[in-house]
Amino acid sequence: MSANAKLLYCRCAYAQVVPQTVKDDVLAKLCESGASFESVADLCEMAAHRDPRLKAFAGNGPLRIAACYPRVVQGLFTQCGAPLLEDAEILNMRAQTAEEVGAAMLRDA
Amino acid sequence: MITHIHRPLRVVLYEGKGAIALSAESRAQVMAALLDKGYAVTRATANDSGAMPHDDRSLLVLGLFTDQKAPALEDSSGKVNIEARDITGLGTVDIVSLVDKTRGTTLMNEPGVWKPWFPVIDYSRCTNCMQCLSFCLFDVYGVSGDGKIQVQNNDNCKTNCPACSRVCPEVAIMFPKYSAGPINGDVVSEADLGREKMKVDITSLLGGDIYARLRDRSLAAKSRFSKERSPDKALEERKKCLAKLAQDGFIPAEVLEALPSPDEVMRKAEQAKARAAAALGVH
Ligand code: SF4
Ligand code: SF4
Repeated sequence: MSANAKLLYCRCAYAQVVPQTVKDDVLAKLCESGASFESVADLCEMAAHRDPRLKAFAGNGPLRIAACYPRVVQGLFTQCGAPLLEDAEILNMRAQTAEEVGAAMLRDA
Repeated sequence: MITHIHRPLRVVLYEGKGAIALSAESRAQVMAALLDKGYAVTRATANDSGAMPHDDRSLLVLGLFTDQKAPALEDSSGKVNIEARDITGLGTVDIVSLVDKTRGTTLMNEPGVWKPWFPVIDYSRCTNCMQCLSFCLFDVYGVSGDGKIQVQNNDNCKTNCPACSRVCPEVAIMFPKYSAGPINGDVVSEADLGREKMKVDITSLLGGDIYARLRDRSLAAKSRFSKERSPDKALEERKKCLAKLAQDGFIPAEVLEALPSPDEVMRKAEQAKARAAAALGVH
């Protein structure tokens, strides 16, 4: 993964399956850093509505996503005709700690 | 058919040249509040260019501009509506209402009204057996031009019903908003595969041996496939299976109540079966 990976944070706002403290803490870590990043209310909602922005995310070079299970996130992008590049990195806020996710997201910052 | 096309405004929290950065705490508060309302938010700093390219939706640029005056901005391509607002002295609540006000009456999908509930296929596991297509009575599944199973009408899916995930012999169907693995996308263990296989024994009531024959493209299978089973028996089996899944608490009772009439169920089941057979080249 190159040093200039773009960062994407999913808030899982439509049916909060990601623990509130984890997503709050990851957002806080991103906000404490000097990094630019993208954030969306809910990748599932975007995928359900075939939001063309998913294509922009997938096709814009190296990407790191803080969301949930990698199989799901990959599947959502594929289902929208915007498969993620092989080296896209998916951090799992449902299973990992905020420290792990934050550190991985910001390791070049 | 995807019907909801109201894209959220893209809000840009601008902290680059010409603007003062917010405190980390206020930044996180503002972003969380906007995201929880359904907006997409870009944080733009002078460090690197983490921002993604833009499409045609409206852009609202918020910042603590140095002279407390938002610059007048215009998209050089003339396609995108851009507005900038200075947020000096505003708290989170004020910022959210400023964004709401700027959006005006433009419709937007918002959390709290609807839950994104639909199956997602893990194609690294899927063997294209079409059991999900034959199973679902709500036309959620379809077949692509090149004969691949697809989730085509995800809006038809019944909220909180993950029944088709049990039908899939490969544990390839996920529901992202489900509580437990492997349906929520968690890794599939050997035990899950064993369990799912047993479940298929139960759910094979739905289509009986038709499913097995669908997988077998031999000539013998083709001739057996074309033999009709008694429609009454098939309907009875389907109802039994759905009732069993409901009893187990796996599918909500409302879904059973929302089932079409028996005639319609049979018609849909036949249609789905024919589509699955056509996609697999069984005539
Ligand atoms: S991708 Fe995962 S984290 Fe994002 S909205 Fe869907 S379930 Fe939630
Ligand atoms: S039942 Fe499972 S393996 Fe078969 S087509 Fe559907 S998703 Fe693929």
